[in-house]
Order: sequence, then structure tokens, then C-alpha cells
Amino acid sequence: MAMTKTETKGRAGLDAETLRLMYRHMLRSRLTDERLWVLNRQGRAPFWISAEGHEAVQVAFGMNLRPAHDWVAPYYRDLALTLVLGMTPKDHILSGLQRADDPNSGGRQMPAHYGCRRLNIISTGSSVGTQLIHATGIALASQMRGEDAVTFTSIGEGGTSEGDFHEALNFAATKKLAVIFLVENNGFAISVPWQKQMATQDVADRAKGYGMPGVVVDGSDAIACYAVAREAVKRARRGDGPTLVEAKVLRLTSHSSDDDQRRYRNRDELEADKERDSLLRFKATLEELGVLHPGDAEEMRAELVLELDRATDEAEAAPMPSPDSAMLHVYAEEGDWRG
Amino acid sequence: MAEKTYIEAIREGIREEMQRDGRVMILGEDVGAKGGVFGVTEGLQQEFGEDRVLDSPLAESLIVGVAIGAAMNGLRPIAEIQFQDFIMPAMDQIVSEAAKMRYRSNGDWGVPMVLRSPFGGGVHGALYHSQSIEAIFAHIPGLRVVVPSTPYDAKGMIVAALRDPDPVLYFEHKRCYRAIKGDVPEGDYTVPLDRARVAREGSDIAVFSYGMMVHTSLEAAERLAADGFSCEVTDLRSLRPIDRAAIVASARKCGKVLVVQEANLAVSVAAEVAAIIAEECFDYLDAPVMRIGGPEIPAMPYSPPLEDFYLVTPNKVEAKLRELAAY
Repeated sequence: MAMTKTETKGRAGLDAETLRLMYRHMLRSRLTDERLWVLNRQGRAPFWISAEGHEAVQVAFGMNLRPAHDWVAPYYRDLALTLVLGMTPKDHILSGLQRADDPNSGGRQMPAHYGCRRLNIISTGSSVGTQLIHATGIALASQMRGEDAVTFTSIGEGGTSEGDFHEALNFAATKKLAVIFLVENNGFAISVPWQKQMATQDVADRAKGYGMPGVVVDGSDAIACYAVAREAVKRARRGDGPTLVEAKVLRLTSHSSDDDQRRYRNRDELEADKERDSLLRFKATLEELGVLHPGDAEEMRAELVLELDRATDEAEAAPMPSPDSAMLHVYAEEGDWRG
Repeated sequence: MAEKTYIEAIREGIREEMQRDGRVMILGEDVGAKGGVFGVTEGLQQEFGEDRVLDSPLAESLIVGVAIGAAMNGLRPIAEIQFQDFIMPAMDQIVSEAAKMRYRSNGDWGVPMVLRSPFGGGVHGALYHSQSIEAIFAHIPGLRVVVPSTPYDAKGMIVAALRDPDPVLYFEHKRCYRAIKGDVPEGDYTVPLDRARVAREGSDIAVFSYGMMVHTSLEAAERLAADGFSCEVTDLRSLRPIDRAAIVASARKCGKVLVVQEANLAVSVAAEVAAIIAEECFDYLDAPVMRIGGPEIPAMPYSPPLEDFYLVTPNKVEAKLRELAAY
């Protein structure tokens, strides 16, 4: 039950193809994110809330989960995770532009309130922490049917102050559920630094109190994250119970498009964070390992920008919801999911 | 057809549906070996095992949130909240999550769960074991809120609730549990979740009520009948959606209206019934709509004189009916 600080030297046994794919996933998320910021600043998308700085750990978990077999109860920073699992940049641009075809919510929710039936990504609202308990209920159902599905759920360190965090972890450990709790600790609950939220250095310390392993990982070290994700998923899949993983990540942007973090964060620190960006670090590592060659990253970027241009055009051409459709799906309609 | 108590009827409905549908499970505090503090789930853990009748930790948000997650992953959970008074820690899960899941996912997800909880006073339960706070939930689109008052409805509505694709809050007046008996058919039947029921036909005064107050109203109506006044008592059964057509029909027929509830009156179910009648029956009324309910104090106090002061009794309803009859 001891908490471990994970460091990975080398490449954690990962082949070149997997490493390249990880980098591509991270870059695709970053570029999608940047596109939504642009649409926001152009006045075309009223709101955006970013995953920039969180990508490495999300990609690591996304690549270790089995899409549509495992279950995911995400939170609003999990853009990269949803893309790895099979959602597309277009899905999220449709949401940003509030279109009827937005698969997350049909334009009903703010962007980054993820959900996708076909991928077992449950719909998320804005109340922080509730999803952790849903994850335990989902895992309980899987366990009762004897299935090997793993349920992944995530939250920021800010959300770990909610009572639901405690209730969910206690229950998951008591029932030995196949749940992974990922805390994406970027050090800020909007503007409040972690030191004002908790008296311990690491959220993962609390795992011991619940009777589950707690792991701290550098969330900007993609390879270390991959190793931790692989172990946590294996442990859950073989029926050994939940794990609390805390990834120390960077929040490279303001909390949301309606926030300006320069009002409460030190400018030198913000500049320093840019140097520690996981994308830069991972690219350098992959070049050092000979996995990425000069020009590879640029080629990938060009291809992904093309995908985003097409996605943006298609999303902008898509229809808005009709006003009277606001009355639908209060209760089950014909054709709705009915359980 | 056997005569059963209200509590036996709920249990029978749950047990039979659990036998028919392996997806149905129960979770809550003390629902297992103890069978619940009132005994609703008595014997069910022995019959269906600890997985399907699960003693939860003492954590209301967890109980409801687990039910939500399990429902989205193919189960038909019944979440029991031991007393309605203790539902508050689960408000976020009920109102922000269960009620909005279908709407916010544009129909892709839903929460086919039932939340059961006892409510109401007159059992020396004091402030925190006597409340009637159903109006809070009746305000929330996306929820169904039902309150059966007879053993027949109790069984038929719990089965219907378990087959409904959306979250149903099923509130049980705790004085009904053993005081109310009635005929309950063997086997499978359902009672609609959105229809009121005329509990007593009449023509002079329309009385609208739900839960234990239906029986209180029936007793008062019987006393007036002895003096030649005919009251029509409607059991609302469902508080959301509320059966507008049934309310309008009875109010128009009688022309005088009394709404009876145990909860305090401000911004309550009685307020909604009165508003519907004001909107749709104005030309048919022979008297102002009258309401009777609990006083505007935080909850029901413990000491008998204080508890009696709070309670809506047949005497109080009778007095109000006579006032209306004389109008």
C-alpha cells in the first residue's frame, strides 16, 4: 500500500511505433486545443477550457484503456484522452461552435463537457467530483456481471477537496472495484494554489487511508506516465482493485477562456512552465532515442493541421439546433437509450 | 387477492421484480441483514444475496451516485435513503446528475434508477425524522416524483418505477407502512406513474391530496357525508409530472377546492395545484381555493403538544371543509 514515486529511465520497453503514436496523440490534442482557442478569440466559440499541459498523462491512460470496452468518467480537461479513445477534433469543434451534431450534448452543454455513448464515455456535467462516484457505480455493475472492464475517472486536485472524492475512494477500495482514479494536479483550483487547498504535498498520500495504492508521477514525462497507466490498468483488470494516481501536470493556459491567470500567477513561473512543456520534452526525448527524425514532427503537424482545417470547415457548415428541440430528452423519447 | 399492509406491498413488488429481472438491485444503509430501519427490505438479502441487496457505507451522495453509475452500466438500482430528512448530501447527485443526464447528453444516456425514501411525521420522529420535502424534487424537470397511498398502488408503482427509463423518486409516508391495509393482487401488474386517482367520488368539494393525507382527507370527507356534503377526494399519486387534467376535471365538477398536505404550504405541491386551478378553472369556482398544511416552521418538533400542533388531522381537515361548505 506504500506510495511510490515513479521515475522511468529509458523507454519503459515501448517500441518506436508506440512512442511515435503517443507523440502524435499529444500533438493532435494540442493543435485541437489551439484551434479552439483561436475560434474563441475570433468570437466564434464563446468558451473554451484547455488541456494544454495535461496531454501526456491523458494519452498514457487513453492508450492503455480498451475503447468501448472499458468505461470513462472524465472531467473537463480530458480533451487528449477523448481523442485517443476515438472522439475526433471535429466532435469538439462542433461542441465549441454549439452545433446540433455535437456528439457530446447536441450543443446543450459548454464545450469540454465530454460524453460519447459508443465509446462508454459517460456524459459529464459541471458539478466537480460527482463523476468519481459514478465511476464506482459503473465498476460495481461490471463486477457484478463478472466482466473485466476497467473504469477510469479523473479530476483536478481542486476537486479532491469535494466530499464525493472521499466517498468514491472509500467505496472503491471497500468493494475492491476495478477503478482508476487519476488526479491531474496542475497546482491550481482556478486561482487558488495547492498550498491553500491541502496540508499535504501529495494527494496520493491519501490512498493509504483508503486502503489502495497511491502513485505520484511526473505528468509531463510521457514515458513515465505510460508505465504508471499500464500498471494501474493491469492491476484493475486482474481484479486487484483501485489505484489512485496523481500526475503533477502544468496548466499552460488560464483556467478557461474567461480567466486571465496573469492576475494571480507569477510571470516568471509562467515562462518557466513553457520550457517544461511535455510536448517539447517528449519531442527532445524521442529525437534522442532516434524515434523521431528531423522533419518528422513538422510533417505530423502539417498533416494534423489539414485535418483540423477540414474539421473546422465542416463544423462551421453544420446546422445549429432548432429552438423547439430544447424541449426534447427531458424524459426518454422514442429512440433514446432506455437502459 | 390478499389483504396486505402498505409495507408488505412495497416489498412484494420489489421481490417479484427482482425475481423477474436480474438487473434489479438495492443499495442503502442497513438494507441487508437488518432489512432496513422500517423493514421494507426484510428477507431480501437472504433471498438475493449481498451483491443485489448491498449494505452501503453511511454516505448519501455515494448511494445515489453509485445507483446512477450502475444504471448507466445496465443495472436497475433502487437507492434507499433511510429518511427523506437525510437526502440533502445527495442533492447534487439527484438534481445535477440524475435529473439532467438524459437532457445534457441529448438522449444518449439516461438514469433508469429508483430512489426510495420514507417521509412524513406523526411518529415522534422530531425535526430530522419527520420532514415532508417532496416539493423540492417536484420542482425539478427530469425527475419523476411519486407518492403512493394504498398497498395496491404501492406495489404497482414500484414495479412501474423499476421499468421506467428515467429516475423515479418514490416516497413512502412512514405512517402508511403498517396502518394502511388493502387488497393487493398476486403477480405482475403496474400502475401508471403520471395519473391521479379518484379515491372517493363526490360533487360539492374537490379535495386534492397525496400520501397519508389521502386517508386523513377520506376520514374528514366521511364525516361531512353524514351531514349531506359530498366531497370528491383525489389522490394525486404523482407530483411530477402532476396530472393536470384530473385536477381540472374535479375542480370544475365541484366548484370548491381544498388541497391537503402535510408539508408547509409556501412554494409547495398545494401551491402548484392552486395555481393550475387558478389558470384553468376560474369561471367554475364558487369559493376561493383553500389549502391546509403544516405551519411555516423549519420542521416538526418532538414534544407531543408541539408535534400535534404541526400535524394535519382529520379534525383540522373537517373544520376547513365545513368552512368551504358554508361559503
